[in-house]
Amino acid sequence: MAHYVMVIDTKTCIGCTDCVDACRMENNVPEGLCFDWVVEVTTGRYPELKTEFRSERCNHCSRATCVTACPTGASQYWNDSNIVVVDASRCTGCKACIAACPYDARLIMQPEGYIGKCTFCVHRVQYGLDPACVAVCPAKAMHFGRLDDPTSEVFQLLESRESYSLNPETGNEPNVFYLR
Amino acid sequence: MQRRDFLRLNAIAGASALLGPSLAGCSQPAEWQRLMTAGPATIKPTVCNMCFWSCAGQVHVRDGEPWKITGHPDDPHSMGRLCTRGTAGLGAYYDPNRLIKPLLRVNRGGSQQFDVVSWDDALGFIAGRLEKVAKEHGPEALATLVHGPGAEHFVHLTKAFGSDSISEPAFAQCRGPRDTGFYFTFGEGIASPEQTDMENAKCVVLIGTHLGENLHNSQVRTFADAIRNDATIITVDPRFSVAAGKAKYWLPIRPGTDIALLLAWTNVILAERLYDADYINLNTVGFNALAAYIAPFTPEWAYVETGITADVIRQTARIMAASAPATVIHPGRHTVWWGDDTQRARAVAILAGLLGIWGQKGGYYMPESVALPEFPLPAYPVPKKSWRDITISKFPLAGQGVTNVMLDNMVGSDAYYKAMIVYDTNLPMTMPNSRATLTKAAQALDLLVVVDVQPSEMTGFADVVLPECSYLERYDPLRSESERDPCIALRAPALPVQGDSKPGWWIAKQLGHRLGLDKYFPWNDYTEVIDWQLKQVGSSLTEMQTLGLKPYPRKTPLYLTPGAPLNLQTPSGKIELYSQALADAGFDALPRFTRHAQRPDGFFHLNYGRAPQHSFSRTQNNPVLYQLMPENLVWIHPDTAMQFAIDNESYVQLVNQDGVVSNKVRVRITERIRPDSVWMVHGFGHTAAGLTLAYGRGADDSALMTRVLYDPIMGGTGMRGNFVTFRKEAA
Ligand code: SF4
Ligand code: SF4
Ligand code: SF4
Repeated sequence: MAHYVMVIDTKTCIGCTDCVDACRMENNVPEGLCFDWVVEVTTGRYPELKTEFRSERCNHCSRATCVTACPTGASQYWNDSNIVVVDASRCTGCKACIAACPYDARLIMQPEGYIGKCTFCVHRVQYGLDPACVAVCPAKAMHFGRLDDPTSEVFQLLESRESYSLNPETGNEPNVFYLR
Repeated sequence: MQRRDFLRLNAIAGASALLGPSLAGCSQPAEWQRLMTAGPATIKPTVCNMCFWSCAGQVHVRDGEPWKITGHPDDPHSMGRLCTRGTAGLGAYYDPNRLIKPLLRVNRGGSQQFDVVSWDDALGFIAGRLEKVAKEHGPEALATLVHGPGAEHFVHLTKAFGSDSISEPAFAQCRGPRDTGFYFTFGEGIASPEQTDMENAKCVVLIGTHLGENLHNSQVRTFADAIRNDATIITVDPRFSVAAGKAKYWLPIRPGTDIALLLAWTNVILAERLYDADYINLNTVGFNALAAYIAPFTPEWAYVETGITADVIRQTARIMAASAPATVIHPGRHTVWWGDDTQRARAVAILAGLLGIWGQKGGYYMPESVALPEFPLPAYPVPKKSWRDITISKFPLAGQGVTNVMLDNMVGSDAYYKAMIVYDTNLPMTMPNSRATLTKAAQALDLLVVVDVQPSEMTGFADVVLPECSYLERYDPLRSESERDPCIALRAPALPVQGDSKPGWWIAKQLGHRLGLDKYFPWNDYTEVIDWQLKQVGSSLTEMQTLGLKPYPRKTPLYLTPGAPLNLQTPSGKIELYSQALADAGFDALPRFTRHAQRPDGFFHLNYGRAPQHSFSRTQNNPVLYQLMPENLVWIHPDTAMQFAIDNESYVQLVNQDGVVSNKVRVRITERIRPDSVWMVHGFGHTAAGLTLAYGRGADDSALMTRVLYDPIMGGTGMRGNFVTFRKEAA
């Protein structure tokens, strides 16, 4: 099974939100919604401070609770990979997946009403291209690739650098990793 | 994890709380399903104009619909990656508030308004007024203030008309002090893009630049390279900026004391002999004078002024010296702070000189441009009076007209200028404390023309507003800048022109024609000029329409040979640590530290800066960027917030030392700022009602800068000497 992961380097991420912007343009994300977002986490007290920026999105979980929760099969894995997509023609807009997602990554597309979210830019991935957010990042903080390939950049990065993912305790096996 | 405590940087989060319609299977495929099978897009070259960095880009159009803009993969400015603003370039095209018709101010029944007029009427009106001005006062009475790559068309028109009073806020409101300070030290200014070799540096010193918030594309990319390479980052900033967060050493300096820190660093380098004596002997003049002068400025002395401990000053000085010449002392960009800015830039340049980084790998590389010949044109008439006659009497070493001096010379009984053309620059939000003078100038001038894409504040002062089409709809002068890898980039129309807007070249040519200046515009279409130029360097318009960007091999080395003499363009040919030229003009030959005004009780330093989502005051109405950052926030330290009982995310008004009150602005309480300062992003608080998204959102820092500290050397308008307190009653 192709195992796609995103690896984001918080050491170089500058919190510029270009990834949010590029996603909007690439995927024609409706005004007011977004598939990815950036959080700033500042800890400490002046002048002993640390700030981390984190570009977040759907984790394309290997054990995705949204896929299990979907009663119609609209939420599904693409092409036997871990990329989670929603087939709009089967989506009834029941929102079970929204409740099931630990990452608040799903949203109701306006005006159609089906459920949308980050697709890992599967339309680009099918041609071997990086997702739009990865390709735009001016700090080159984002990386994308296959974890099932030990020669890949993402594999090497996760091997050589300390990393974490969000809410691993959910058991969802998230696939967006952050390098410290 | 407390997710809701985080600050989501984009305004609108996942929006899962939104209620949508319930549907029984959507009849249409999702966008991604459509994209899976979409055909290829056509690609047209552009050069981004969302900021002046001018990254080469590619506009993707699919089925006749503009889709997205991406960076040109071969462009050294963008490396295939446009920044947040550049990525949102289509928003500038779609902005429903864009100007699409020429406007003429008319007096009707005692009240003024703009009438929509034809191009013929607008241009005829302008030409008539300009001819009258030329007849009564001479063509020199025309002043032109410009910004950006399209400026060249109006610079050309102004010179052909017979005036050389042309200036840009980029000088007196931004880079002027830095370039002047470096000129008097190295014989030339710093290039744009800055020639900082950060990708090869072992140490990067940022003093007065916030890369990160400042998203000048290749600057940020190479700064990220420095971080990846584990270069030691030293960031001097009163605020815990993004770059401070990447730094090994953050020096939260007391505002206004940077010269003291720079002198102390220099002191350490000399006292501990951390320099290369052979290099100093070969390449500098004035070393002994500097050594004698610098002795009292010890780290202990500087601690009292800056609040940075002597230990940290010594450690950081040692690291930059140990890493030299692979040390980037960043020259800064927006450098007009306290009125002694040329001298601060001198202190930066002297430090860079001592460390021997000029022309060295990991320091400042040597930029090179493609020598692009000028299209052959007759010589311009020689103006009887020059901008120098106006500016130099006040600021003897100004390298170009000082915008504020020019503006002052538009009002009063002895006003020198009688007409003004403003191209693509929003003066009231760019020049501090200029609104009152602009209002008077608008009354006094016989003609005020504003060329703009959007109904900016500046258009409100105009007699005639000329709508330029956006950069995505026009040709502009070729981009050929001094940089690491010489190249030429083409901005060509990628999308159909909206409304009745026109390219700048067309406007300038039409005006030229009506003013009898046809010989200066001996072409029908600007593409003839571009094509001619390209053919001189072995390309053509046709080739460039496909390529977009063409790299050229370097003819000169990127780095100078270590150990070889520098042969600079200074009078001595060497680095002038001591500047005789400044001394001769009556200024300090070595930079002097002065204590600046202390903040009044209950007031705070008004600091300001950039955000990655916006450029100056020109992008707040962009519908794409608006979604990312609809308003600016004022950053306040928790102690300050407590003192004034201000809540996070509440709105306050800022009141400056002269009682000027800002628009309401939302509060961000954060540890990331010195307790004696506030900080906000420049460019918000628009007052032009035609900008329907941006209007009234956030506060305008420049309106609070009623205290302007002029740099006596070159006329820079220092903006940092202003203080604010809070007024809470705003809703
Ligand atoms: S584009 Fe890159 S640097 Fe900018 S916020 Fe996203 S991940 Fe961070
Ligand atoms: S992978 Fe694609 S869809 Fe997902 S956040 Fe990035 S750009 Fe958006
Ligand atoms: S830095 Fe950004 S806004 Fe400026 S020219 Fe480049 S892409 Fe455009």
